[in-house]
Amino acid sequence: MEFGTMLETMGSGMLKTIGIFFLTLIGSLPLGVGIMLLRTSKNKVVKSITKAFIAVIRGTPLMLQLLVWYFGPYYLFDWSIRGWRFPGLIIGFVVNYACYFAEIYRGGIESMSVGQYEAAEVLGYTKSQTFFRIILPQVFKRILPSITNEVITLVKDTSLAYTLAYAEVFSIAKQISASQTSFMPFLIAGVFYFIANYAVAFGMERIEKALKYYN
Amino acid sequence: MILEMKNIRKSFPASAGGTNEVLRDISLSVDKGEVVSIIGPSGSGKSTLLRCATFLETIDGGSITYMDTVAASTDANGRVSYISKNEMKTVKGYFGLVFQQFNLFPHFSVLKNITDAPVKVHGRNAEEVKAEAMELLAAMGLGDKADAYPCQLSGGQQQRVAIARALAMKPEILFFDEPTSALDPELTIEVLKIIRKLAEEHMTMVIVTHEMNFARAVSNRVIFMDGGVIVEQGDPEEVFGNPRQERTRQFLRSYEQ
Repeated sequence: MEFGTMLETMGSGMLKTIGIFFLTLIGSLPLGVGIMLLRTSKNKVVKSITKAFIAVIRGTPLMLQLLVWYFGPYYLFDWSIRGWRFPGLIIGFVVNYACYFAEIYRGGIESMSVGQYEAAEVLGYTKSQTFFRIILPQVFKRILPSITNEVITLVKDTSLAYTLAYAEVFSIAKQISASQTSFMPFLIAGVFYFIANYAVAFGMERIEKALKYYN
Repeated sequence: MILEMKNIRKSFPASAGGTNEVLRDISLSVDKGEVVSIIGPSGSGKSTLLRCATFLETIDGGSITYMDTVAASTDANGRVSYISKNEMKTVKGYFGLVFQQFNLFPHFSVLKNITDAPVKVHGRNAEEVKAEAMELLAAMGLGDKADAYPCQLSGGQQQRVAIARALAMKPEILFFDEPTSALDPELTIEVLKIIRKLAEEHMTMVIVTHEMNFARAVSNRVIFMDGGVIVEQGDPEEVFGNPRQERTRQFLRSYEQ
């Protein structure tokens, strides 16, 4: 197989990888806020259940979770899983990353000084004004480095979709490598992941710099 | 009468179990234009009294009245009730608080720290508020710092911005919770100058402070607190020059060395 053809075949996989990446972020960043709110709920039952759920998600391999989300409906409920591959995959990624983000958000919010809340309260800000105008922008800045870490991990974790035989770049690389007895597809995949992460790091650094105007 | 606190009681859970009574039946009223200083050793309840007056802490007994609004009261069964959130909005407009740690919003410029609440909380016209804020900054000697961020300012400058932020809300009464305790001596002077200027303009103020000479010079009334009660209060010359209580004399002596 010529290099050009190889690259072209892998190109469709790259697009799918990018698809998993963005869908996971779009789903997990906001879902993380929801989970964080449940995790910090005043209701002890809600709080404990959420805490246990996060522990399970963080305590088991993402690969295993993907298999459970995909095959679970069949084994547990005897449902047909035709057409379920991609939704199952995305749900697995979103839920996993949302739990990590939830814990990052929680850490950021808990690191805010009580004085910020008190100053806002005395000035008469409502609870939601305090959260959205005063607390959240500061938390965002504080947690950005941790978010960057997760996003970079996500770029590489997308390769786990190969577990469900989803044709993203890593699955295709493995296929071509086997059929052509060539090492080249892995090199191409490696370069692709590296460039993707370089772009992520570059973008996040820009955002961090833009927020450097205050401490 | 701007503020009237009657028979205030407040306890905190003690670390060893049980409760620690921080305010024991304290009453304090402040008239328009009065400057009241509260002095006393650490743990005497001075700051807690301010925090109760500004609703950062809830009281366990007594009543708090601002202007003609009873904001907190205790019924015959000893149950404390506060007015509704909505009614509280008006009451919160009556007072401002300057913190020991400034508590400016670090992500807002100096100007925005001052203008944000009048615009977003009181819904006032942004241009008008901005013009007032610039005047306030000039009065604080910070006319050139409007676009700076709090992290670029010294502690003394930050505290002056915090005072401007509180004044921009046009409070009837301004509370200061140890406004210079986090500052170096030189920076303390610039903040005290501002407070003295406000006193000359007859701003109603309650100041918790460890600056005895300052309290003596600017106050109409000095309150000495210890162990959650008011031990002695009166004219500053009386309290400082000729204290009636042995506890007051003992406390003031500790400042003479």
